[in-house]
Amino acid sequence: MGRCEYIPANIAIAEGAMAAGLNFFAGYPITPASDLFEYLAEKLPGRGGVVVQFEDEIGSINAVVGAAWAGAKAMTATSGPGFSLMVEGLGLAIMTETPLVLVDVMRAGPSTGVPTKTTQSDVYQVRFAAHGEYSIPVLVPWSAQEAFDLAVKAFNIAEALRTPVILLTDAALAHTWERVEIKDHGEINIVERRPPCNPPEKFKLYEPCENLVPRMAYFGEGYGILVESLAHDEEGYYSPNTEAYERLVRRLVAKIERNSHLIVDNEEYLTRGAEYVIYAYGSTARSAYAVVKELRREGLRVGLFRPKALWPFDAKSLKKATESARKVFVVENNLGKMVREVERVLKNKEVIPVNVIDLEVPPPDKISEEIRRWL
Amino acid sequence: MNAHPLDKYLVTKRLPHIWCPGCGIGVALAAILRAIDRRIHEGALKPENLVMVTGIGCTARAAIYVSFDSAHTIHGRAIPFASGAKLANPKLEVIVLGGDGDIAGIGGNHLLHAARRNMDLTVFMITNMVYAMTGGQVAPTTPTGMYTTTTPKGNPETPVNVIKLVAYQGANYVARASTTHPALIERYTYRALGMEGFRFIEIISPCPEIFGRHIGFRDPVELYEEIKKKSKYKPKPSLEESDLDWERGWVLGEFIERNEPGYLKRIGRV
Repeated sequence: MGRCEYIPANIAIAEGAMAAGLNFFAGYPITPASDLFEYLAEKLPGRGGVVVQFEDEIGSINAVVGAAWAGAKAMTATSGPGFSLMVEGLGLAIMTETPLVLVDVMRAGPSTGVPTKTTQSDVYQVRFAAHGEYSIPVLVPWSAQEAFDLAVKAFNIAEALRTPVILLTDAALAHTWERVEIKDHGEINIVERRPPCNPPEKFKLYEPCENLVPRMAYFGEGYGILVESLAHDEEGYYSPNTEAYERLVRRLVAKIERNSHLIVDNEEYLTRGAEYVIYAYGSTARSAYAVVKELRREGLRVGLFRPKALWPFDAKSLKKATESARKVFVVENNLGKMVREVERVLKNKEVIPVNVIDLEVPPPDKISEEIRRWL
Repeated sequence: MNAHPLDKYLVTKRLPHIWCPGCGIGVALAAILRAIDRRIHEGALKPENLVMVTGIGCTARAAIYVSFDSAHTIHGRAIPFASGAKLANPKLEVIVLGGDGDIAGIGGNHLLHAARRNMDLTVFMITNMVYAMTGGQVAPTTPTGMYTTTTPKGNPETPVNVIKLVAYQGANYVARASTTHPALIERYTYRALGMEGFRFIEIISPCPEIFGRHIGFRDPVELYEEIKKKSKYKPKPSLEESDLDWERGWVLGEFIERNEPGYLKRIGRV
């Protein structure tokens, strides 16, 4: 049976990951993600899992990739500077189509920045930092409960699509304590990677099924697999020719985009018939929600569109939610990131960036002050 | 058609391999496979549990040619990848192959920490004293004063003694062999596969095309003979005799043999 606990989002993620079947965690200490790591170090070994501190974030992510290929459900957690070091290993996971979950708890950069405080300045880093062509799911919870729920979902997406998944939070949310319903393993829907349906001599590790996702065998099962970081054909052979390369990278992108129904989810609040729609995500959306309620009390037809996944970008739902809107405000705790995606999708709307930098969380009055200038 | 008794461990349709004529990597791989074959014949090792993890470089290409499970990962990161696989499934026998740049250069930090943990892996480092795949740049093992394409006036640095580095961190097994003495490679691999903890085997190997030719060896056989002359086997050598010195040569042998608990035992995973 599940239970309710009063915990912060970092711990909720650890609980969600364990409920989803996490059995391997490798990490390196970094503020504000360390307490997630420490909690797992206490809890996971008792449940049969492994928790190891590696020599750096590079070692951690590569160990997670290796563990996934030995059959584990594996995760690591870090923040901006650590993510920078993990980018290379993340690229390996993308190329080899390795299921894993990478938790990124945003702080304030560039460089060491402000380790203990929050911003939302790394939303591009998690999506675009690795080189080459790819698409990667990025989930962005706004509460401790949602952190738990999306941790479970992150593992399910990773397994279903054989892909790394980013679970993106921030320093404020990480240490926001809330009541969280912690469901047991048996109470939640768990997705597992699809095993081979062919005998080893016929099995191809990168041959896609109809949903563009290949089946997965792992080490020790007798399939003689080759996990290959070079551009490869369906068997995993290095193929430095345009045809094979293009086929590979088009599929790597398409398997995420075409299966976006498994990833995207949004919460809409009073968007129907709204004259103004606020687009906000993560901890900032909590303040944006308060702003919507405040402006509604004044009789203004304002609504909130809150994506629970930043990427793949759910253009269809956003277009629908903003059909009646004259203006769309994109509220972010950075100098303007997702606003570019919103502008790209809503070409004929007035899209207004509301960039409120606040090392805590942008307070509602700072946001509404900005928005009121445009009403 | 099995033209060779080791063909069963190779995906022969992927051959010919990329290694240059006179390169030692194929000799090293064959000796390693012979030792693996012996362990499998004894019933001490199941082929399906064997995993070869490599990074990037000439040596790392070995992962592409073997028929058992393997991973050709990224430059320098084979050891943490291999550690993750071994920790997640302790039944696996995980071996890492890499060049000196891969293992001791870009991967040096992972190497020393894996040795310190006594991580249950066998790591082979093929030392050819140069970055070969990229065209002959200086390696952490390049002898002082030697010409490379990035040290045109001679290498000003002292080469790393990886034998000492790994031994001082507490690895269970540390040995050095040479492709001019393949029987030693086979013997050391065989021993390493019967142990727990961190096992490290350095294999000196001639690179006639990128190393030898650049320093004046016109012929692969000439370089081979030179390396053979410089490689001196010694039973139970001391760490003080482990320096890699182009002028005075180097010692082959088993420098360290301990039976300390491996990492998996230390965390109660065995």
